[in-house]
Amino acid sequence: MIQEKSSVSLSGVFLALLRRDLLLAFRRRTELLFPVIFLLVVVSLFPLGIGPGPQLLARIAPGVIWIAALLATVISLDGLFRSDFEDGTLEQFVISGHPLTLISLAKICAHWLVAGLPIVLLCPLLALWMNLPVESLGVLMLTLALGTPVLSLIGSIGVGLTISLKRGGQLLSLLVFPLYVPILIIATAAVMAASDGLPYTQFLGLLTAGLITSVTLAPFAAAAALKISLS
Amino acid sequence: MTTETATQNKPRKNALVMFIHKMGSPPWFYNFSGKLVPWLWAIFCSLAAWALYLGLVKAPADYLQGESFRIMYIHVPSAWMSMMIYTSMAIMGFIALVWRIRIVEVLAMCSAPVGAAFTLVALASGSLWGRPTWGTYWVWDARLTSELVLLFLYLGVIGLYNAIDEPRKAARAACLLAIVGAVNLPIIHYSVKWWNTLHQGSSISVTGGSNIDPSMLWPLLIMAIAVKFYYGANLLTRARVRLLEQDKRKAWVRQVIGEKKS
Repeated sequence: MIQEKSSVSLSGVFLALLRRDLLLAFRRRTELLFPVIFLLVVVSLFPLGIGPGPQLLARIAPGVIWIAALLATVISLDGLFRSDFEDGTLEQFVISGHPLTLISLAKICAHWLVAGLPIVLLCPLLALWMNLPVESLGVLMLTLALGTPVLSLIGSIGVGLTISLKRGGQLLSLLVFPLYVPILIIATAAVMAASDGLPYTQFLGLLTAGLITSVTLAPFAAAAALKISLS
Repeated sequence: MTTETATQNKPRKNALVMFIHKMGSPPWFYNFSGKLVPWLWAIFCSLAAWALYLGLVKAPADYLQGESFRIMYIHVPSAWMSMMIYTSMAIMGFIALVWRIRIVEVLAMCSAPVGAAFTLVALASGSLWGRPTWGTYWVWDARLTSELVLLFLYLGVIGLYNAIDEPRKAARAACLLAIVGAVNLPIIHYSVKWWNTLHQGSSISVTGGSNIDPSMLWPLLIMAIAVKFYYGANLLTRARVRLLEQDKRKAWVRQVIGEKKS
């Protein structure tokens, strides 16, 4: 067991876990679709609730799409460690001797590929529904591409803390939404600036800074949270 | 009684180190804080009464805001405390996670309701103050918005602590959340501030008048000190009760309760 551990490199562990999680996700394809369908339904409710006025919709489009993305991420987050926690795999990870931070990072990456990337790819359709100008669509996609990984990363801390609770999902939203405030503000500001023809690169810079900070810090916090939950 | 024997046994240790060491023991902490708590409450009451007398009776009415500015004596100290308590909770959370001292876990967790209460008071008094000055109860002002997010962070910590059954595990999880929140808090604060200037042409500044008269400033400063004592008193009172509750099957608690009864 110990010999086997030393023969596997860190990147090997990372890739093996990533492959495993993606494989598991693609074997349950309908579950994979739930957050995506949820996103579509939430965004389609806004024109129904507010009215189909193209001007108004274009104005609120960045906020609506981003808030829908936040909700869809939180809905999908619960599955990040849930099945591994319930069948004991997570405990095996902890005693495997590999750094739990790396394991968390691999699982977060898999989560983003499964739950975050579809949001980025779907956003042209959402932008079309919300009558967003075509010029700002590219910026919206960029903010989502930079921002949704941060949502997965910060969310993983919340999931780690609530994993041992039976109904962690309800508490999870209370824990992570306040932490999502800066991302929401910066991302929507970027899209609005682009719609108004103002410079927006500084916002993308801030989002990138947020991504780098959370990639370096969040996995450690998530690993610490998991250790507390498993103790 | 326990203090004397402890100091006699280990005379070579530094007195301060010994003091900190002994504070980690629940019975010792209980006895020591029991002596401290009445003083803290007394100092708070006298300082607060003095500050309120100066602020509500002695200080002249503001030439712009009239009498309504007196809400400041409640609002501003509560807002300061709401942030200070979060910081102290996160620092205690860090100490609790690194050195696993149970007393500090209890203290960090008992800080959360006090801080949440101060945040709520700051929000409520701020919105009451907003009515005469801004003409509305709620404005998405940068300070009010960050206070609101702070309240959500407090509620998250309290919610997580109450959701997990095992007290020590709950405290450790909530401490970690408090630390994560503390790392995010400056980012949230500045992003909200900057969001506000982005969306509102002219931000309304309440405390903008920097040359405040000493007769108005002194009550505020005294009140700010008084609420620190309130925090100390409330925190220790809460922590004592929490310790009794957690250790209810242990001998020292039976002894304490027995003393009270006899």
